[in-house]
Amino acid sequence: MLLEGWGRYPQLNSEVLTPATPDQLNELVRGRAGLIARGNGRAYGDAAIGARSSLSAVKLDRMRGFDPQTHVLTAEAGVLLSDILDTFVPRGFFVPVVPGTKYVTLGGMIASDVHGKNHHRDGGFGAFLQSLKLVLPNGEVWNCSPHENPDVFYATIGGMGLTGVIAEASIKLKPIETAYIRQATTVAPDLASALKALDDADEATYSVAWIDCLAGGALLGRSLIYAGEHASRAEVEEARVNGELLAKAKASRLSVPLDLPSWTLNKASVKAFNEVYFRKGSRKGDAPAVVHYNPYFFPLDGVSQWNRIYGVRGFLQHQCVVPPNNAHAVLSEILERFARSGRASFLAVLKKLGKANGLMSFPMPGYTLALDVQVRDDIFALLDEIDELVTRAGGRLYLAKDARQSPATFQAGYPGLAEFQEIRRRLGVEGKIASKLSERLGI
Amino acid sequence: MSTAQKTLLLIGATSDIGHATAQAFAGAGWTILLAARNPEGAQRNRDDIAARSGAEVSTHRLDVLDTEGFEGFIDGLPALPDAVVCVVGEMGDQQQAQGDLAHAAKVIRTNFEGPALLLGALAERFLRRGHGTIVGVSSVAGDRGRGSNYVYGAAKAGFTAFLSGLRNRLAPTGVQVITVKPGFVRTRMTEGMKLPPLLTAEPGEVGAAILAAVSSQKGDVLYVRKLWRPVMMAIGAIPEPIFKKLRL
Repeated sequence: MLLEGWGRYPQLNSEVLTPATPDQLNELVRGRAGLIARGNGRAYGDAAIGARSSLSAVKLDRMRGFDPQTHVLTAEAGVLLSDILDTFVPRGFFVPVVPGTKYVTLGGMIASDVHGKNHHRDGGFGAFLQSLKLVLPNGEVWNCSPHENPDVFYATIGGMGLTGVIAEASIKLKPIETAYIRQATTVAPDLASALKALDDADEATYSVAWIDCLAGGALLGRSLIYAGEHASRAEVEEARVNGELLAKAKASRLSVPLDLPSWTLNKASVKAFNEVYFRKGSRKGDAPAVVHYNPYFFPLDGVSQWNRIYGVRGFLQHQCVVPPNNAHAVLSEILERFARSGRASFLAVLKKLGKANGLMSFPMPGYTLALDVQVRDDIFALLDEIDELVTRAGGRLYLAKDARQSPATFQAGYPGLAEFQEIRRRLGVEGKIASKLSERLGI
Repeated sequence: MSTAQKTLLLIGATSDIGHATAQAFAGAGWTILLAARNPEGAQRNRDDIAARSGAEVSTHRLDVLDTEGFEGFIDGLPALPDAVVCVVGEMGDQQQAQGDLAHAAKVIRTNFEGPALLLGALAERFLRRGHGTIVGVSSVAGDRGRGSNYVYGAAKAGFTAFLSGLRNRLAPTGVQVITVKPGFVRTRMTEGMKLPPLLTAEPGEVGAAILAAVSSQKGDVLYVRKLWRPVMMAIGAIPEPIFKKLRL
């Protein structure tokens, strides 16, 4: 059947296999060629579309055990982050790294080594991974951890599912006093101040900047910087929040029922941005707000199927990271080129990253910039130019978002590739475990 | 009702509704006994429930077609449970059941004989003790026989009547009997079928509805999606000369 990622581009043919039990998973993987595991389909491009078959993990959604002493949760790879949060926030635990959507699977978070707003301080999802079980096409099941098959373990973190099928994994959860985040918002009038504000927020657990891409000239890169900490019991009580201290997320009710013209999200989001920007800018020293973790971490999850807002042709998310040295010049150039093209989203996300966890992990010390562009015939050449800037700066693109970078850009950005390929050869997964992404990039 | 020491016996633990129901009770602090024909298959669900809730969960072997083993099964449980929920059900294949008596008999025994006799045996124990809650998951298919599934429907009708009679007999005692008619539920059994959204429940909804009914000790016949009650009343009201000509 035709499969697509969250960006709805590209749409490619791949047979979908849906094992209902771990035993069925093993049977379906054995001896198969051109297979990739697929979680909840939230990778934007072609990462979770199998070269021939896609093994859906949605039914492998059982938890295996939780140790209240060590806080280690073991679960099957198809368990959703939203499910883990709904189950464990009321018990006083949080997931130590969460990406921008909670509708991702445990296996997908490992394969993409997802980063969160705390990457500058805590590292990616892989930093909290205790162990994983990898199913190989030759019928073997490998236990991997920092102590057992460590090279395979670190190749699987951020390995885009290309070392084998992750069947289950153990992750160390983080104790929390409340389900709330104490959020402080600061305004940055231009890109230099935004980068400095992120540097100043190094000690904050969470930090992220939203850039207003409509602002140009001297205002290029003007941003709102959101820093956050898990709120203590006393802080939540002081803020007089209604409801339980460890309240789980409310179900979202909004949905995008049809494909919209592309400007809707952009106009609305920039208007909201400007409102906050000018309000905050005119009132220095605002008291931090106490907000529930759900809108803080997953604002877009509040509108289900928001990806339809970009219309039928879909959209691309361009997410790069560039090292700190030259970041200001490179990011300015990228923002300017997008602005000049008039093709990019009106908001972009800027975030400081720390060191990588896995051999093929996306993060590296530096700054990552992410923005959405609607798919149009004339967009691809522009993105190639921007890739060139990223490559020259020593940066790279996030594979979980990618649908179109060239093999050359990819190879330049991922120096661990040769070792990764060597590990794949040793595991006997070459040609057996393959996605449309790995075929496109020559992995 | 305090749930500090309450124990639930869940019969049919490997089904989606069974798993969701056990999950709901475990989340409310109940100790869970999972009964299934294949306890190894139930182990995966056992681990899931225990990991999520921290509750005590154990698995127990039970074949609902082995009626002679029922008394021994009950004796072998760690304790007589406070509540039992039976979700055992198998739709079978109507066309096959029309010609293959063995298949028809199996559908009838699985949906009626086994569950009814087992809950009946538990009811006697509950009565002797003086309290207990019995929940039988039956089906709207038992409300009126239809050409497309009347073997299954007849078995469920028998089960519904059995529960109704049991409830009537035990009404003056401390034993409560609840009949649940979930309607359509999104499970493995209905996978691939086109189901009307307003009449289709998620397994978790069924589990939550059963927990609410047992906890409040209210409710005799429970339609999980309320719309089913008028729908089935309307279907029940169609005169037979017309009904028999409908393709249902």
